[in-house]
Amino acid sequence: MRFMVIVKATAESEKEGALPDPQLMEEMGKYNEELSKAGVLLALDGLHPSSKGARVKFSGKSRTVVDGPFTEAKELIAGFWLWQVKSLEEAIEWVKRCPNPHCGDSEIEIRQVFEMEDFAPILSEEQIQHKVERRAELPNQTANK
Amino acid sequence: MSATDPRRTIEAVWRIESARVIAGLTRLTRDVGLAEDLAQEALLAALEQWPQSGVPENPGAWLTATAKRRAIDLFRRNAVAERKHQDLARDLATLEQTVPDLNSNLDDPIGDDLLRLVFISCHPILPTESRTALTLRLIGGLTTPEIARAFLTPEPTIAQRIVRAKRILAEKHIPFEVPRGPELAARLSSVLEVIYLIFNEGYSATAGEDLIRPTLCEDALRLGRILAELTPIEPEVHGLVALMEIQASRTRARISPTGELVLLFDQNRTQWDQLLIHRGLTAIERAHKINTTRGPYLLQAEIAACHARARTPSETDWPRIVILYTELARLSPSPVIELNRAVAVSMAHGPHAGLALVDALASDPSLARYHLLPSVRADLLYKLGRHSEARTEFERAAALTRNTRERDLLLTRAASCETDPTNP
Repeated sequence: MRFMVIVKATAESEKEGALPDPQLMEEMGKYNEELSKAGVLLALDGLHPSSKGARVKFSGKSRTVVDGPFTEAKELIAGFWLWQVKSLEEAIEWVKRCPNPHCGDSEIEIRQVFEMEDFAPILSEEQIQHKVERRAELPNQTANK
Repeated sequence: MSATDPRRTIEAVWRIESARVIAGLTRLTRDVGLAEDLAQEALLAALEQWPQSGVPENPGAWLTATAKRRAIDLFRRNAVAERKHQDLARDLATLEQTVPDLNSNLDDPIGDDLLRLVFISCHPILPTESRTALTLRLIGGLTTPEIARAFLTPEPTIAQRIVRAKRILAEKHIPFEVPRGPELAARLSSVLEVIYLIFNEGYSATAGEDLIRPTLCEDALRLGRILAELTPIEPEVHGLVALMEIQASRTRARISPTGELVLLFDQNRTQWDQLLIHRGLTAIERAHKINTTRGPYLLQAEIAACHARARTPSETDWPRIVILYTELARLSPSPVIELNRAVAVSMAHGPHAGLALVDALASDPSLARYHLLPSVRADLLYKLGRHSEARTEFERAAALTRNTRERDLLLTRAASCETDPTNP
């Protein structure tokens, strides 16, 4: 399953022209390498402060554009990863190994990405059990193709 | 809430750490079976202790240290019997004192150990089914029940395959090493074969009834991605990763809402996973940067990439696919590849050119019962307006296929030849 792992912004990361600390950059680089070597990392990106962004507000049929920056730093995101792991717990364990993404207090949020199985179950438990039993009766077919 | 369930947390830690722990222990004990047993004992200890004590700061180091202590105990107990083990016990004890944290400061050697573990799990001396099970277990960090579930095989059968694999490796004294020189190519191709087998077990809807099993594809992809970082200088590793990424990108479009297989040309291409396509194309570029040679996996990946780049089937770069298939046929000649090449030729240069190649295959005994041969031939004959011949071939193909849905489709096409007013 896939997870989007979101680094929340801070007042510091939202500052105009804010660039991460070189020491932290290096630690993050190492961490990303670890994720890559474990075959977990699918994609990653860091985001500019919200002052370089905009919001489009919808109300019925009308659209209103609001330019950044936006004030509520904790609700903003500073970057994200996309990971392929087996469980939420595995994602949590990986996040715990991450260097603190900002100086001081920070937060990383883990969210599961919708997959095909969420819409149409691929195989139910009963179907799997049924197949296992049938295969057991046909020893020649248990070999790998 | 599952996030605080210690058992699930420990399972997650195990998945992350087990391969490196087992790899390190195998180097120390020179016995992969023993190493895994020791690691399993450490896991049991974790399951006992962590729910009370909490997960340690560095769980991988904890598991390694615990397993090593057991190894030392075991060797001391056996020390009278074997001098070799005495040495080992001393090595282990020294190592424990000098390198208290194996995981944090031995980055590269651990990478090497992991690669050795990959090679030993995929050793050609093992039966294929043991190789796949052992690789998923040791490198993929899957439990035996998980492997059994993925292969739709009873658990005891999988357990047996793993036990047999460990026994063979011990009996034949298979060294824990990365093969060098001329041996490397053959051994690497066994590794690639194992990973691709796992992928295909998940990807191919076999015998009409089995549907896709995406988690197995994900496991294979993960193994491939790990291998690509361990051996970044091997173009074929990137080729295999690219092939799997691009094939996996079609997973969503490959199964219809009613659960049937959808063929490449009928797939809704907007459902293809662009992230995986991008990763596949990047892996191809990585392979190209190493050198200009192209092995079978890279060639297949590049063929897949031609399809991935085309937004509609008509935009497909068929001349390029013909070149790639020609090269593939030269590298690994096979009538099935030749048939695929014929299809590509017909798309690039018209049905006439394709039919000439298909006809040349008609006498090949290995294709005598292969339904795609008459099916392709029928399609080309139909395009050339030779409808009554096409009908015969569609019917022949229908009689040969074991997939009922495909048979219906072929019979429908056969019937459409009959009703065509211009060609009685």
